[in-house]
Amino acid sequence: MTLSEDTPVALEPGGRPAPNKNPRVRPSRGRLITYVLLVVAVAVTLLPFFWMLLGSVKTDGEILRNPSGFMPEDPTLANYATWFTDLNISMFFVNSLIVAVFTVLGNLVFCSMIGYALAKMDFIGKRVLFLLVMLTLMVPGVVTFVPLFVLVTKMGLLNTYPALILPFLTSPLGVFLMRQFMMGIPDSLIEAARIDGAGEFRIFARVVMPLCGPPLATLGILTFLGSWNNFLWPLVAAQSEEMYTLPVMLALYSTGESATKYGLLLAGSVLVITPIVLLFVLLQRYFIQSVATAGVK
Amino acid sequence: MAATTVPAGAVIGAGGKRVDPGVSRRRRQTMIAWLFALPFVLVFGVFMLFPLVSSFLMSFTDFTNRDVSTPLAVGFVGIDQYVDLFGNPQFIKSMVNTGYFVIVGIPLTMIVALTLAVALNSGIEKFRTVFRVGFYTPVVTSIVAVAVVWKFILQQDGLLNTVLSWVGISGPDWLNSTTWAMPALILMAVWRNMGTLMIIFLAGLQTIPEDVKEAAAIDGANAWQRFIRITLPLMRPTLLLGAVLLSVGYLQFFEEPYVMTKGGPLDATLSISYFTFNQFGFGKYGYASAASYVLFVVIALLSLVQFRALRSKD
Repeated sequence: MTLSEDTPVALEPGGRPAPNKNPRVRPSRGRLITYVLLVVAVAVTLLPFFWMLLGSVKTDGEILRNPSGFMPEDPTLANYATWFTDLNISMFFVNSLIVAVFTVLGNLVFCSMIGYALAKMDFIGKRVLFLLVMLTLMVPGVVTFVPLFVLVTKMGLLNTYPALILPFLTSPLGVFLMRQFMMGIPDSLIEAARIDGAGEFRIFARVVMPLCGPPLATLGILTFLGSWNNFLWPLVAAQSEEMYTLPVMLALYSTGESATKYGLLLAGSVLVITPIVLLFVLLQRYFIQSVATAGVK
Repeated sequence: MAATTVPAGAVIGAGGKRVDPGVSRRRRQTMIAWLFALPFVLVFGVFMLFPLVSSFLMSFTDFTNRDVSTPLAVGFVGIDQYVDLFGNPQFIKSMVNTGYFVIVGIPLTMIVALTLAVALNSGIEKFRTVFRVGFYTPVVTSIVAVAVVWKFILQQDGLLNTVLSWVGISGPDWLNSTTWAMPALILMAVWRNMGTLMIIFLAGLQTIPEDVKEAAAIDGANAWQRFIRITLPLMRPTLLLGAVLLSVGYLQFFEEPYVMTKGGPLDATLSISYFTFNQFGFGKYGYASAASYVLFVVIALLSLVQFRALRSKD
């Protein structure tokens, strides 16, 4: 990584190991060690990605001969070409995208709606409803997928987009996030709109939702991430190749007869990871905020 | 909330004939509120609650893939399948493996994440974002895709063993060894999940008031003492929260062995989720449901215990 060259710039010029009275001002030697360790740690963390990227432009023969090598002897884009021509990766990409987009939209709209009711309305059954949602917050997917498979089969939806989308169209976490945020919106704002004669739907759409940018961003990011990387359910619900999402496609290729096409598999991994990593780097501040808010509440 | 908007006179002195406006207002609100909740309730009811209850009921029946067309005609077998599970060496093995993964994986991930969080919080300013992004990147990537890569890295003559050979260690054939396959999966899980906890711990560290640490420093406590005596106790709720989040995820691990080891060698990396998935694959839906409910109960109990612990210290 190029970081190591720049690192010393961060140190205070000529910082001598002064007596450490104030913990904020540390001797620069300690800070230098911290930097060196962090740079090494980041390099080690990202090493698998570099290796993957370099491996994706190698031939199977080269990877087999020198499995731990880095620099490709004879770089080739043949692996990528195979994905885009013979293996039609754009189809899997579109599948993943369709599923993710509808899942995100459903979560944003439906979780906001019920979140508003739970946060700002007084109604019969409210406590029971909220309790029920919270109790399912940590239900593992492995508990529901068998009956879900039977249900989807009975509905005739197996191997369709709705089968991939519907079970994830809402989430308890989304309800929780939206409700928590909306509770913080002052009642006076909503009462004022009510006195002005606005109906609840109008208040929701015109007064409440425009204020909900931060939790919507959090929910959108978490849902997109979850959907893009989701594996167990698409693995059982997508039965034929034209319905596979990217992870399902990659898993089946890597464990099937293509298991020895090393370069191809590495190129496939690059293609699966790249869109989400790009999105992450562009929106990193929001990603990290999402984790912090969803984790710490 | 509703009462404040109702004119006071309207309620009292109405002679009891008219419906109390407060009550009718609440009825109206109830209707509107449920309309707001309706889309969620429908999806949640059909695709979450119904399968959750069905799974529980199925675990007491001999439901197989041949019963899909007539789900109500299955035979009731009581707790037979649960009894069978706990006598099934393969299921026991999967529970032991899952326990191994969780008990070793969680402390390791937490230690790594806390170390990174403390380092990033130690007053460095430059490149903080770069470091944070770097450590967090594995989290956003698909487990399947990184598992494909790690499968190569963990080969006998792969990258990891090459690095180990530099320091004179000759590494094992990780994924083909009954001893080393699980540590290899744990290593990968730590790598992939440390970023999440790092962010949560970083947020926790930033809530610790600086003056407490300064006071301790003035009293002569060194950095290590300040960390053990002040930072760690104040971080307790955050640490527990991290443990809860992580254990719920780790208890369900499935993708890693699915792509990297197929549960092998000799079931050495077969997890409860994977066992359930296999039973489903064999068409034994009832048996799979029973296995998944065992996992569910473990997760529920663990969360309960951890949240109790979390609350008792508040």
